[in-house]
Amino acid sequence: MATLLIAEHNGTELAPATLSALTAAQQIGSDVTVLVAGADVKAVADAVAQCAGVSKVLLAEGDSLAHDLAENLSELVMSMASDYSHIMAPANSVSKDTMPRVAALLDVGQLSDITAVLSGDQFQRPIYAGNAIATVTSKDATKVITVRAAAFDKVATTGGSATVESIAAPEANSHSSWVSDELSKSERPELTAAERIVSGGRGVGSAENFALVEALADKLGAAVGASRAAVDSGFVANDLQVGQTGKIVAPSLYMAFGISGAIQHLAGMKDSKVIVAVNKDEDAPIFQVADYGLVGDLFEVLPEMTEKL
Amino acid sequence: MRESMEFDVVIVGAGPSGLSTAIRLKQLNAELNICVLEKGSEVGAHILSGAVLEPRALNELFENWQDLGAPLNTPVTKDEVYVLKNGEVSKEIPHALVPNSMKNDGNYIVSVGNLSRWLAEQAEGLGVEIFPGFAAAEILYHEDGRVKGVATGDMGISASGEQLPTYMEGMELHATYTVFSEGCRGHLGKQLIQKFSLDTNADPQHYALGIKELWQIDPAKHQPGLVVHGAGWPLEDASGGFFLYHTDNNQVVAGLIVDLNYRNPWLSPYEEFQRLKHHPLFKQYLEGGERVSYGARAITKGGWNALPTMTMPGAMLVGCDAGTLNVAKIKGTHTAMKSGMLAAEAISQVLADDSLSLGKTFSDAFDQSWLKQELYSTRNFAPAMHKFGTVLGGAFNYLDQNILGGKMPITLHDTSLDHAQMQTVAQAKKIDYPKPDGKLSFDRLSSVFLSNTNHEEDQPCHLTLADDSIPTGSNLSQFAEPAQRYCPAGVYEIVEQASGPTFQINAQNCLHCKTCDIKDPAQNITWVTPEGTGGPNYPNM
Amino acid sequence: MKILVGVKRVIDYNVKVRVKSDNTDVDLSNTKMAINPFCEIAVEEAIRLKEAGIATEVIAVSVGSSASQEQLRTAMALGADRAILVEAEGTVEPLNVAKAFAKIMAQEEAGLVILGKQSIDSDNNQVGQMLAALTKRPQGTFASNVTVDGDSVSVTREIDGGLRTIKLALPAIVTTDLRLNEPRFAKLPDIMKAKRKPLDNTSFADLGIEVKQHIQLDKVEAPAARQGGVKVGSVDELIQKLKDEAKVI
Repeated sequence: MATLLIAEHNGTELAPATLSALTAAQQIGSDVTVLVAGADVKAVADAVAQCAGVSKVLLAEGDSLAHDLAENLSELVMSMASDYSHIMAPANSVSKDTMPRVAALLDVGQLSDITAVLSGDQFQRPIYAGNAIATVTSKDATKVITVRAAAFDKVATTGGSATVESIAAPEANSHSSWVSDELSKSERPELTAAERIVSGGRGVGSAENFALVEALADKLGAAVGASRAAVDSGFVANDLQVGQTGKIVAPSLYMAFGISGAIQHLAGMKDSKVIVAVNKDEDAPIFQVADYGLVGDLFEVLPEMTEKL
Repeated sequence: MRESMEFDVVIVGAGPSGLSTAIRLKQLNAELNICVLEKGSEVGAHILSGAVLEPRALNELFENWQDLGAPLNTPVTKDEVYVLKNGEVSKEIPHALVPNSMKNDGNYIVSVGNLSRWLAEQAEGLGVEIFPGFAAAEILYHEDGRVKGVATGDMGISASGEQLPTYMEGMELHATYTVFSEGCRGHLGKQLIQKFSLDTNADPQHYALGIKELWQIDPAKHQPGLVVHGAGWPLEDASGGFFLYHTDNNQVVAGLIVDLNYRNPWLSPYEEFQRLKHHPLFKQYLEGGERVSYGARAITKGGWNALPTMTMPGAMLVGCDAGTLNVAKIKGTHTAMKSGMLAAEAISQVLADDSLSLGKTFSDAFDQSWLKQELYSTRNFAPAMHKFGTVLGGAFNYLDQNILGGKMPITLHDTSLDHAQMQTVAQAKKIDYPKPDGKLSFDRLSSVFLSNTNHEEDQPCHLTLADDSIPTGSNLSQFAEPAQRYCPAGVYEIVEQASGPTFQINAQNCLHCKTCDIKDPAQNITWVTPEGTGGPNYPNM
Repeated sequence: MKILVGVKRVIDYNVKVRVKSDNTDVDLSNTKMAINPFCEIAVEEAIRLKEAGIATEVIAVSVGSSASQEQLRTAMALGADRAILVEAEGTVEPLNVAKAFAKIMAQEEAGLVILGKQSIDSDNNQVGQMLAALTKRPQGTFASNVTVDGDSVSVTREIDGGLRTIKLALPAIVTTDLRLNEPRFAKLPDIMKAKRKPLDNTSFADLGIEVKQHIQLDKVEAPAARQGGVKVGSVDELIQKLKDEAKVI
């Protein structure tokens, strides 16, 4: 049996999370077919065909698929479900909306947000906001799975040569319809969705000095975060707080400047893929979790990094 | 006008004394309308105690507590008492020389939090209304000065004092009698003692800070029922003692109690406890284990001599809110429960016959009770330790408790004030504490993390300063602002900023231990109730 | 219109979980339990719809142990009119929960079902969508705004990168996101009144549902502690490592 992976995209480009989910899909050990669904998404399908390890690309284009309505998308997936033992997708807002619907229509359970593939039917997934890891076995014939992207490496976007096969889009359902989109216009990405985050702590010293953190963030296209101490000291607004009582984040890159690394902060960012810490105190606990640590003065390091990147 | 509700009796605080009051009232008169307010998110959430329980009061409250499933699962099987000479050496005190009050045959190692949860179930079964998550913030008085009840705090007020969309005005709870059972240094009890001059005939109250951790240990090292007490190292500049109890489920509790009349401003009770765990006596059990929970709470320990009058017009103080702990036994639960039961018996009589006076009815019953006898006979224990030190004081207590059975025909008084004892930094020797190793010892914030404490961020700070300039003024110059060290939750920090040192209050970390309210040398900090449900969420503590 | 609202009993969000030493599950003994925060938002939204005259009755439904009555009472103290507990021991899988809700939705002829988007214990994020599939009704997940208009409901959804508004024909299923509303506090008199509101007990057997196991929990472990990495000596070295070794910039 084969694995079906539903691609994530924004209508024009393939989302990087799909590349991570492809790794997970390939770990199942069967051929991987990727479904690209949308209104006008041929370019996305062509890009997927180039990715390493893709056997086949199914392209479904139609108005009913334009706005990711779960009712329509789940109908499309159901029309081909019987050909696959595993139906997978990166855990983004589209698949989180659609996949449980698919699972219920198949009368199977869903494995949400898996972080490891142990075998074709055994997986790991975080529970209790990542404070515990469950190992679970699916007893169903068809496994419906969403994949936490940060837990898997991305496959190469080149080297593949899969065929792209067009399939029919479903009819639009009569119960739900799209009205409007309002995409966020903020120059910086949102903290919880950001691929990269640059954070500042009490060591930044003042609200004015936070401009240094923001400058590096803008250079990297990163979101800006802060520790509770920085928020309590009035350097930045409360909604930038990362930690136990703030936001829980898991970006690919988390850079902590002048943050000591109290456990309350670590609770909010410890699942980041790569952590960088810059602190003048070489005993700061943040270094115990940082992949790369630099003992130094952030007022020198920040401008230097911003300049050299 | 705030909304109000009427009850026969309103009880403030769902700990052992408050719940015993409620239960006894209902046992005596099932018709009474009784309400218990609890500031914690649930009953037991804010309860922290050692604890070894003497079941005397519980036997009187529920003869059949075993059938009712009371959580007394670990009978004490062995008592050990040690004096620690230094960080390596300990000396066990032969059992025969241990003061009788410190022996634990027939007692149980318990979680007082779980005992409270169980007492709350019994109380609710009897028809008591218990409201967790509601803090009694204010005392209400009749025009003639009698206590009328309490008001719960407003909810949904922002840090700057404005009403948020979730704003909910506090409620008035009126009662014929209001019983205050807030535990040590209750913030309303403190006001009542002052307003009614309840302590006129008492010595000044004395306090200690207890810090406790719960550990999951290697089953091979676990000896259910083993009770270890002791004193000595690492405390050099303070008196106090430690405990280590092997409870059920391969868990042990470890703790240190530091008397709050200590002198050295550099002393950090928290760090004293952290280094204590490196002593072989502790390490042998804790090494390789996992710390499960952490908490701290002040203890009222003045005993008989410092006990205020417990009745006043329309109200009573019970348990540690008054100060019924028996320091010689290092136990307060059975005495707190008994005080609540005696209060309930008196209130029930007075409610039935309004020609009786609560003050006299209670004090007559109290004088006849074992509670009075127990507190009176141990009245010299703590003052002896203070006066003569651990060794001579210990000898005095051996003589008093074992030979004379508490009948020493003198009474020692300790009339000093705990907060006034602190030396200045110029007089005191700085203490360098070792860094935590992350295995046996930990930093403050990692510990606070395990207390599950939290407070809604956008609310007025519940640690109030009478004078904002003191922390960075006289407290800093004279005492290097000791709040940074005595607070076991890292609430207080002096932060160096370009404009100079500032006093940072991380109220969110607060464990409601009340140490700051007690120990600040300038008596400048007043603990008030935060929004209901705020504070620790202790499991099994 | 009747509104069904889901209420799950979970560990309080302030309490740290600890894995049992035998790795069978997390240890919940004597820990504070509460309404799942997303469910609390669902209850609030339902009550607001009732206050606005749109809903006639709000029914809180929980699937879980008898202790879940406590959370149903809280929902009623907040304003739900009555409650139904589908009593079941242990963990109940989302698909089974969805089947129970589907039965009750039909029995009660509910016009709208509001559920939390996920529970903070199992983090599944499935029940609402599954319920919509089983009842063949439309869904509005991760809602940050809900507006009922006649026989349809407009739902503004939080999606990656922004907001999307969709229109659903009633009956429909909505799941809540954090920003939908800020739940009120329960008042003391309402807590007392809630004790007398009706709470019906039922079970999967009573509802005629065969409970199937789809996913087996093999073990639960604490997450691996993160290991410290290397110290670098300069900004240049840091940039080089991030580019060549970590490949994150």
